[in-house]
Amino acid sequence: MAASKEATTSATVENSANGGMKNGGTLPTADGTNEAYSGQEYIVRAKGIKKTFLVGGQEVHALRGVDLDIKRGEYISIMGPSGSGKSTLFNMIGGLDKPTEGTVFIDEVDLAQLDAFELAWLRCRKIGYIFQTFNLIPVMTALENVTLPMIFAGASLDEQMERGRRLMDIVELEHRLHNKPSQLSGGQQQRVAIARSLANEPAIILADEPTGNLDQKTGKSIIELLKRLNKESGVTIITATHDDKMLSISDRIVVVADGQVTKITTPQEMDLHKGTVEGFH
Amino acid sequence: MATMSAGPAKIDRQISLPFAQAFKIALRNITIRLGRAMITGAGTMLGIAFLMSVFAANVARAAANEAVPLAEQQKQNWLVAMSLLVSVVGITNSMLMSVTERYKEIGTMKCLGALDNFIVRLFLIESGLLGFFGSLFGALIGMIFILLTRLNVVGNINWLHMLMYLGICLLIGTVLSVIAAVGPAMRAARMAPVEAMRTEV
Repeated sequence: MAASKEATTSATVENSANGGMKNGGTLPTADGTNEAYSGQEYIVRAKGIKKTFLVGGQEVHALRGVDLDIKRGEYISIMGPSGSGKSTLFNMIGGLDKPTEGTVFIDEVDLAQLDAFELAWLRCRKIGYIFQTFNLIPVMTALENVTLPMIFAGASLDEQMERGRRLMDIVELEHRLHNKPSQLSGGQQQRVAIARSLANEPAIILADEPTGNLDQKTGKSIIELLKRLNKESGVTIITATHDDKMLSISDRIVVVADGQVTKITTPQEMDLHKGTVEGFH
Repeated sequence: MATMSAGPAKIDRQISLPFAQAFKIALRNITIRLGRAMITGAGTMLGIAFLMSVFAANVARAAANEAVPLAEQQKQNWLVAMSLLVSVVGITNSMLMSVTERYKEIGTMKCLGALDNFIVRLFLIESGLLGFFGSLFGALIGMIFILLTRLNVVGNINWLHMLMYLGICLLIGTVLSVIAAVGPAMRAARMAPVEAMRTEV
């Protein structure tokens, strides 16, 4: 569904950050060494990221050097107890926060090189965000919430309406277009939020505990919707979650503990039904 | 979807928010919190009503061929300045509250790609609208009040002057409201998008 749009995007001026990489070139890495560049396989590459917060004059190491590569079209879950650095890692990958040390590449672009305008562009077009608390704009109708990122992206009104309706159709809410968020149930609000995250056909969807505020059944339908989108459109989905059901449909599970990735595993290996995982309670 | 495309990412800078859209959103923000918006607007209204009453009293005096003593004029100027200052402080205060209340909303907008200046624009338009309507009502109230007390000279009044003073009041009220909102709007715009992720209310 993005074929025509991408064609025009590709025709735009080459970005200096990735000039010269196409012909088997190399990408400068954080530690100054050069490493064979493995093409378009990875949508997110985090290299040696460290994050230190200053809390009450004391240094707190939220991340102590994390490497993480996420493939295009992957469904990744990040899990870990609170305080493990899970949220910090998640925010770094989403371009919401900058690491103290190390680099994050999204779609081959080093986030540290981007200015405020470029970061906004990236958030608008490349990444779709889904929040635990849905975060719909309360003064806007469902359809308006979905079309807001399109307005930022400069889409015409016709395009907004057409795409907005189609997205509401995808999340099966075509009959609630003109309802305000307060008139929708939690599950419906999260569906609207999912439609909104897809507004500008992003490459990545970041979902922060998307089922955290929903009951089991509703949560399950949201998970199924995310999985369906992942399969059908090939969008990369990165979630931070505690939800077993969410973990069980992931391609890979990244376990974070004490500021480090302690394990990268698959749902099969993890044997979710027994429910006990190292570094996670 | 986008992921099917080959070729490295092209990062662009173009992000837009047409004025008409910003206006629509700001207007919606006012109408949905109409009660509080009216209280904010009332601050401007009272200040401007006082300013207009001074203007209208002068017009009425001119119509009755009365001179205004210099000392009284100075005292009036002082009172007008104080009342406008009070309105500005009031507006700043309510806009600050409004920013705090909308932390998550602002963070969300930033996650969706809003630039700092969009947020500033939204708040300034909102405050400008409140200022405009507040001063419109204020000016009318101030004028009517003075006219009612000087019914004997209504026939002689220079309406052109009166209209001009109404215009000045509208302008002052709107501009002061916008100025009062600059600080809070900047504060809102500086907020990190990651605030949207916070789960506590």
